[in-house]
Amino acid sequence: MKTVNHKTPSLGGKGIMMGRPAFTDDLADANSLIVKILRSPHAFAKIKSIDVTEARALPGVELVLTHHDVPRTSFTRAGQGYPEPSPHDKFILDEYVRYVGDEVACVAAVSEEIAEKALSLIKVEYEVLEPVLDFEKAKNNASVLHPEEGIKEMFPIGFLPKQNVAASYAMHVGDVDKVLAQCDVTVTQSFYSQAQAHAMLEPHCANARLDFQNRLVIYTSTQTPFHVRRILSQTLAVPLSKIRVIKPRVGGGFGGKQALHGEMFVALVTLRTGKPSRIAFDRKEVFESSYTRHPMRIDMRLGAMKDGTLKAIDCQVLSDTGAYGEHALTVFMVAGSKVLPLYNKVDAVAFGGEVVYTNHTPAGAYRGYGAIQGNYALESAVDMLCAKLKMDPAEFRKKNMIREGETSPIFAIMGEGTEGTAMNMDSCKLDYCLDRGSELIGWKKKFPRVVVGPHKVRGVGMSIAMQGSGIPLIDMGSATIKLNDDGFYNLTVGATDIGQGSDTILAQIAAEELMTTVDKMVVYSSDTDLTPFDTGAYASSTTFVSGNAVLNAATKMKELLLTEASLSLQVPVSEITFDGKTFKTKKATLSLSDLANHLYYNEHQKQLTATGSYVGHKSPPPFMAGFAEVEVDTETGEFEILEYVSVVDCGTPINPGLAKGQVEGGITQGVGMACFEDVKSSPKGKLLSNSFLYYKIPTTLDIKKLTTEFAQSYDEAGPFGAKSVGEIGIDTPPAVIANAIYNATGVRITSLPVTPEKIIQGLKAKK
Amino acid sequence: MQVKFFLNNRPFIAEVSPNDFLLKTLRDHHVTSVKNGCNESSCGACTVLLDGHPVLSCSLLTVRVEGRHITTVEGISEDVKILSDLFSDEGADQCGFCNTGLALAVYALKRELKNPSDEEIKRYLVGNLCRCSGYQAQFKAIVRYVRNEQ
Repeated sequence: MKTVNHKTPSLGGKGIMMGRPAFTDDLADANSLIVKILRSPHAFAKIKSIDVTEARALPGVELVLTHHDVPRTSFTRAGQGYPEPSPHDKFILDEYVRYVGDEVACVAAVSEEIAEKALSLIKVEYEVLEPVLDFEKAKNNASVLHPEEGIKEMFPIGFLPKQNVAASYAMHVGDVDKVLAQCDVTVTQSFYSQAQAHAMLEPHCANARLDFQNRLVIYTSTQTPFHVRRILSQTLAVPLSKIRVIKPRVGGGFGGKQALHGEMFVALVTLRTGKPSRIAFDRKEVFESSYTRHPMRIDMRLGAMKDGTLKAIDCQVLSDTGAYGEHALTVFMVAGSKVLPLYNKVDAVAFGGEVVYTNHTPAGAYRGYGAIQGNYALESAVDMLCAKLKMDPAEFRKKNMIREGETSPIFAIMGEGTEGTAMNMDSCKLDYCLDRGSELIGWKKKFPRVVVGPHKVRGVGMSIAMQGSGIPLIDMGSATIKLNDDGFYNLTVGATDIGQGSDTILAQIAAEELMTTVDKMVVYSSDTDLTPFDTGAYASSTTFVSGNAVLNAATKMKELLLTEASLSLQVPVSEITFDGKTFKTKKATLSLSDLANHLYYNEHQKQLTATGSYVGHKSPPPFMAGFAEVEVDTETGEFEILEYVSVVDCGTPINPGLAKGQVEGGITQGVGMACFEDVKSSPKGKLLSNSFLYYKIPTTLDIKKLTTEFAQSYDEAGPFGAKSVGEIGIDTPPAVIANAIYNATGVRITSLPVTPEKIIQGLKAKK
Repeated sequence: MQVKFFLNNRPFIAEVSPNDFLLKTLRDHHVTSVKNGCNESSCGACTVLLDGHPVLSCSLLTVRVEGRHITTVEGISEDVKILSDLFSDEGADQCGFCNTGLALAVYALKRELKNPSDEEIKRYLVGNLCRCSGYQAQFKAIVRYVRNEQ
């Protein structure tokens, strides 16, 4: 391969660093109305009355909207395919407000100052209701978050709003209780994980205008432009054909921008006023009023025989979706479906639980999507089992983990809101990842701990993980390649580059197949008018799903080129060789650029365009083994991560630099969740950790050493052997850090984040 | 009111309110390379140089820059080309939203610190947050730029 698996600079990297306008808010019309949202000061309340007379009368105010002024169509902002596995439990504006920061009213004014003044002039009388703030007490609580009529599940997901249950599910293979009773050693433990914030550097933003054909044109920082168009159309009752959604450069998403956040309001303002408008969340709104990771309690039971054979896993989950059920079912399902198959040889496995509503900031999609929560619980519990068995956790995993060519019944049983898809692990180098990672971290020498000072001790920890490559039979991507005169191409894709570099890797795939170079492949993503359909950048789908669509389009383009060359050279296709630049026969040669110029100016004139699409029939999981060495001060509980080792099987890394960036970025976000991204609320439910001052994300000082390698692996189903790599990196750090802290100190941390305070408390309890 | 200052060595006149911060003023005047990441002085995306030193434009009142020199990435483009090539070479590019602010901080670092250690470089850049990368690839590129190892 000449382009794939070779170093290729990220397209646009230079232009962006040089300051070229690229992002959504850089592209807003200069005379846009400023859209601001009045947000609830209460965790749960009913609006008794709302008076906007003064706000509307303020000069410079163009529009004020309350729940009285907007269509009452229930929808979900989740940004998923249709029908969604998330309940339609949200209204554009509602008489109920369900968390501190929920939308009360929307103002559009000619300046930010006037818009803010108008917000302060809106008089709201609330009937304050008793909020549900403890997710363990949410089910059947006297306070019901969604008593209203008109909300619904799109297909059965266990939606029981009167009981504060957004979704529920249960499955089992074999009899877990019976098998556990026969085990020599068992572990029973509950694990708690927190509501991590995405904290992408570019806040949510969108802007709108009506074009000269009177169509609504929206620029938005989104992962899902086609879903945004559909949801706007359905909710605002505007024909799909009258809406154009453009995704410019996106400043990070991580799942947070799979959903709609400001699009509905700029759409409404521009439709009502005829004027361009823009919304940009401030950082506090990003923290309080967008999305978080679903906090979970996971009750694990494991059982094994004395020889270290794992026999049973029982995983029961309680997940907190906050005020709205966005991604409620599917994130919770993934806590099982992309975790439990790691140990596929058990006699019995059970998974189940509920997703409950609470009066907190809504939870939604976030990189890892349940797998990180499940991984923390399962891989911590596995180490607890190893401690009881007095067995090396590396040896235990090698004995019990999934291997190439094997399968797990879970793949067929558990899908995302539907049944799953059976599949074999056609590529799985987890054994290599584990061995190589052990070698790189020095596991044999360092496990479990090395004392390095009177109160300094070092420990190592590990975890294995898997993710997916898109949702089989649901996630769909497509691509169009157009030949231009002079012989270069346009590649238009619906796939959304959100900073991860998908434009670059998709160009590499097309260039590889057409035997050309990336500079001849001009990429454009994504615009609902101009680019073909793609479900969007989520579920680790782009490399595998959209990549296969691009490969398909490129293969078709190659056939078209040969057909035209045959016509031009007057020989059968079988007598032509093509190297990406030149068509050759025994007697003649024809350059691609000459062929292209002839096609558009001189002979057999026609436009060459090829479109390919792809939907996965399986979702080959990327795998990884993660390791860390920590140094703990046993007097203060403070610790440092000295090194984090990742060995990853993502099939062929299309772009090794960008793939490494995905893994290391994921590791760093996972380290943040594992170590210090703590979420604090007031007793009345107001988020206190609502700025970078109170919610610490990793800085350059927190990362000492990341060692990242890729296993030699090739999945026949992927484009040039590739699987996806966007999420796998984030899955291991919580379990790895918790296990390393245990190995260093003997303290088992069962709630995230792993803080010095908890370590000290654990050390004191041991004494 | 009017404020006059130098933007990338050219005289610049801005019509502002007394309580406008420089970030808003620059973006209102279409200097969109300066990014609004948090608007509360804690992410570094809005970094500009004030008389050559990095400052957060979200917390600098525009009236205070009267007569002074403001530099954005457009004013250091030759250095940015070099730095961005190094970012490409190290595979450090991701969303890029924080890169304009970071480039300015790195440019100032190179001129301010003599033979800085790795730790000194990291400390200098601790206020420039990035959520995409693991910092390590960026750091390798930055070290090469600072030490003229192109």
